[in-house]
Amino acid sequence: MNEFLTLLGDAEFWIAVLRIATPLIFGTLGVLLCERAGVLNLGIEGILVAGAFLGWLTVYSGGGLWLGVLVAAIAGGVLGALHALLVVRLPLSQHVAGLGITLFATSLSYFAYRVVFPKVDSPPKIEPFQPMEWLGLPILSAQTPLTLLAILLVPALWYVLTRTPLGLAIRAVGESPHAVEAQGINVMHLRTGAVVAGSALMGVAGSFLTLSAFNSFFFNMVNGRGWICVALIVFASWRPGKALLGALLFAFFDAAQLRLQQSGGGALPYQLYLMLPYVLSIVALVLVARKAAYPQALMQPYVKGSR
Amino acid sequence: MNALTLSHISKRFGELVANDDISLSLDKGEVLALLGENGAGKSTLMNILFGHYVADSGSISVFGDVLPPGDPRAAIARGLGMVHQHFTLADNLSVLDNVMLGTESITRMRTSRAEALARLRSLAERFGLQINADALVRSLAVGEKQRVEILKALYRGARILILDEPTSVLTPQEATQLFATLRQLVAEGLSIIFISHKLDEVLAISHRVAVLRSGKLVFEGPTQSATKSSLARAMIGRDVESSGESRADGRRAISEKPTLLIEKISAQGEDARISLHDVSLALRAGEIVAIAGVSGNGQSLLADVLFGVERPIAGHVQLNGEPVALNASAMVKAGVARVPEDRQHVGSVGDLSVWENAILPRVSDARFSNMGLLKSNAARGYTRELVSKFDVRLSSIEHPIRKLSGGNIQKLLLGRELSESPTLIVAAQPTWGLDVGAVSFIHEELSRAAARGAAVLLISEDLDEVFALADRIAVMSRGRLGKALPTGHWTLESLGLAMAGEPSEHAGADNHAA
Amino acid sequence: MRLESRTAVSRIAPLYSGIGAILFTLAVSGLLIFWANADVLSAYKAIFEGALGSRFAITETLTRATPLILTGLAAAIAFRARLFNIGAEGQLYMGAIAAVAASTLMMNEANELALPAPMAFAAMIAAGAAAGAALLLIPTLLKTRFKVDEVVTTLLLNFIALLFVSLLLDGPLKDPAAMGWPQSPTLPSELEFSKLLDRARVHTGLLMAIGLAILLWFVIRFTRFGLAMRAVGANEQAARFAGVGVNFTLIKVALISGALAGLAGVGEVAGRTGYVTLDMSPGYGYSGIVIAMLAGLNPIGVVFAAVFVGGTIVGADAMSRAVNVPTYIADVIVATALLAVLVAGLLTRYRVVWRNPKVPGGSR
Repeated sequence: MNEFLTLLGDAEFWIAVLRIATPLIFGTLGVLLCERAGVLNLGIEGILVAGAFLGWLTVYSGGGLWLGVLVAAIAGGVLGALHALLVVRLPLSQHVAGLGITLFATSLSYFAYRVVFPKVDSPPKIEPFQPMEWLGLPILSAQTPLTLLAILLVPALWYVLTRTPLGLAIRAVGESPHAVEAQGINVMHLRTGAVVAGSALMGVAGSFLTLSAFNSFFFNMVNGRGWICVALIVFASWRPGKALLGALLFAFFDAAQLRLQQSGGGALPYQLYLMLPYVLSIVALVLVARKAAYPQALMQPYVKGSR
Repeated sequence: MNALTLSHISKRFGELVANDDISLSLDKGEVLALLGENGAGKSTLMNILFGHYVADSGSISVFGDVLPPGDPRAAIARGLGMVHQHFTLADNLSVLDNVMLGTESITRMRTSRAEALARLRSLAERFGLQINADALVRSLAVGEKQRVEILKALYRGARILILDEPTSVLTPQEATQLFATLRQLVAEGLSIIFISHKLDEVLAISHRVAVLRSGKLVFEGPTQSATKSSLARAMIGRDVESSGESRADGRRAISEKPTLLIEKISAQGEDARISLHDVSLALRAGEIVAIAGVSGNGQSLLADVLFGVERPIAGHVQLNGEPVALNASAMVKAGVARVPEDRQHVGSVGDLSVWENAILPRVSDARFSNMGLLKSNAARGYTRELVSKFDVRLSSIEHPIRKLSGGNIQKLLLGRELSESPTLIVAAQPTWGLDVGAVSFIHEELSRAAARGAAVLLISEDLDEVFALADRIAVMSRGRLGKALPTGHWTLESLGLAMAGEPSEHAGADNHAA
Repeated sequence: MRLESRTAVSRIAPLYSGIGAILFTLAVSGLLIFWANADVLSAYKAIFEGALGSRFAITETLTRATPLILTGLAAAIAFRARLFNIGAEGQLYMGAIAAVAASTLMMNEANELALPAPMAFAAMIAAGAAAGAALLLIPTLLKTRFKVDEVVTTLLLNFIALLFVSLLLDGPLKDPAAMGWPQSPTLPSELEFSKLLDRARVHTGLLMAIGLAILLWFVIRFTRFGLAMRAVGANEQAARFAGVGVNFTLIKVALISGALAGLAGVGEVAGRTGYVTLDMSPGYGYSGIVIAMLAGLNPIGVVFAAVFVGGTIVGADAMSRAVNVPTYIADVIVATALLAVLVAGLLTRYRVVWRNPKVPGGSR
């Protein structure tokens, strides 16, 4: 217990929390955009892999770091467009198409990595984003600009959703596509746009892993983070502010288990600590499940002219 | 002045001619009633008008200008506004948000909520449509939602308002209020197309009537020159026996002991539906008791309780003097025939074959399975019998049931229940959305079942149906059930007042052995 | 662009769409092979020969297909009832580790639970099936009791299950002879599945998998439970109205689905590896979902789809050695095939209309 208290006073710990939270913030906001528009995007796990790989490959091939982030966002957007083609244009099962996208994006990234680097033992490294020392703020100064971007995105997305005509249309289309169609707004275009934008954010989440958290690409580095974002959005009731809170809370437990694992030593098997974040995600889902206000049209394909 | 002209509109869907060379016009300040059975082509015509479908031939002009086909935005911009029967509102948004949706360019960086609110308030004031702009649509009553729909259209500058079956969700009193609003709109120079199949309403509100049948315009003329029976004849294409007095007067309750005894049932649906409070009712063999009420006053929850799909929080139900467990399979075993409101999504499993649907509730019967194995030949034979006995039109009992029309699904579901000689029949909106032929078939079957000695509980929002069939009528309002009184005791007016929840001499429920 | 429902589905439409899906898949993977600087035709030839070109190739393909049939069946039956079990990977590992745990308990003569080999064999299989079923029971109960969406919970349980197995391999089920590798003790040879052929790894697990596929096909089509399950999957509300015990049906489906995935793990341990490691499954659980979808959730189709996927993996391995294209091409082929088959299947039911037909002439 004492150990836990010292943890809370340790700046290093909070730095880790924010670092762990960053990809989850991007990812959860991405899921939020998709689901507010009524589309479940289980392609997220694969989009994270593709974003991580392509962002890193861009920088490795001599592009700038921000170019890498842009490429990751575009890759996410393209995969999102594919998902939208399958489930918005065509009324395919959102579960299955999403898993298909994940499998496709993951295997394609691994394949491409092996084509480009047929025989490397240790993954090639790049020079990642540096902490923003110039900021002069505690904890935040130790983060890279992507973390700042993630945090700034939260109010930005909130503004778009609640204060612009576009956001109003997105909130409406996930609840009642008929209401949107009746106003002459194209449901397909709106949903496609939201899925592409949300998937682009997922791509950026992936690029954070290779361009900021680590400095190279390796297999299995995403490790279920995408699925955790899908769980977090339920916890966050599809609201940007709560999404930030959820991501931070999750990162808090993840950072705590990492620390306890190191300091707690052999008292408990390390696997128990590693399980903790996944178990907590499930517990969070159970806690909010009863009153979760899912967007009413989530996972329901919209075929024009039908009810 | 001519507000709207439809010239020679035709539209085919494969084999089906939905609209066949229809020409219509609407003057400024006029109410045109558009009459027709389900499937007569009314909604196709309106979908073409609003650019959701493109006509195969023909053209539309609004205030003298040709309307570009297939362009919903153009239709709205030219002043067309639609109030759908099934509201197109997003429940998670406020009234103001719903009104504003789609009115501002999607690329604008911020919404002008303050101006929008002011405009909405002034419109509401001008047309007497009171509404709380900040309320979530989810929390509104049906009549209020309809007001939001009308305001939505007016906010968009609608000069021509089309209302699709607007009274189907209202009490007679609310309908009267709606008519007052419509008269005010017309006085302000708006034009209205009023789509309905209720003849009394049409005669009351419209200046001119147009009747569609099987895609063709079969009658058009001033309302004054039309009568109820001339319109009915035009709509159906033949004379109809006046159904108002067809109640089997020879039918009498054959037993004093109640078949169904509902005692102080209270229930709370998992969804936002209104809850039930202390609902009691006694139903004897051989009688039809109708529960009338405006949609959304707890009837569907009561039906679900009696169907065994919602558990009450208090109270109990006796069947033939024995307490019965309120779960679906126990109800089936106890010989209760259940006819749900939504035949496509609740009564049948669309993707299963016709024969699988025919046996599904009784699949555990020795007739249809043995040691867990389906007796599929016996099941098919049974289904074929049902199909011929209840006149279900289909090409194969192996096809998924969703390929059948609503009327044929309903006949099969009714047959599936009635062929078991039930002692109790619970039917919720059994004729909703069906054509006249299917409606009279179902009415006959229910009357005949009662004559055979079944107790029939008819839950219906269709007052014509209630008056036509019921021996006694009880009214449900805000989750409470009034006393079931003999049909002759009621007038349309007293029924309407009770449906609106007005206190009257019928209040205070004690339905035991009425 | 919009879709119109086809009024009549032609009998040969599925054939066209199937051929279209195959050609699309070959084209996409062909481009990738070309990019990897290999000759496309010889690469395809290498894949084909590697999968089916020799006795060895065929037996290897069937060995691969064995766990895939079982995870494919696990997904097919669950998806039929609209229980989205994406956790077959974890259930497979739980089945495998439970089989090893059961065998070490029962074959240890000092232990009071010791059983003669035939009974221990049955107990090992039962333990594996039960472990897989138990893992899926958790999210299913959370779904039926608390309405927790099972997609995310089954996904997350994969990670938890793998960590749990890892924990056991570091502790009570660590093989002391494995020089520090996280590896379980080897099964006694009496408990191994016997080989079907000499000089080949294909084992009786294949017969078990095919037998279960036929059994499942029969159950889905001809039993009361099968009808209830299909009703729940097609429309839960209508099934509940008809008196089908929806939650009970879902729980039964979960037990069967989890047990099938658990058996896939048992088959791998007792038929192929002999012990559990943390890399014994290259994603068989996830591939099972693809296989089930390729097969249109038909259990018999699952067998063929599993042979296709197994053959692709084995063939791609062989090709990788021959023409130096990364083996990940196998997963790309399978994923592309899945997406292509989904779209193709849809196009047999709908027709794509690219634009609204113009109004001819207007008024006459």
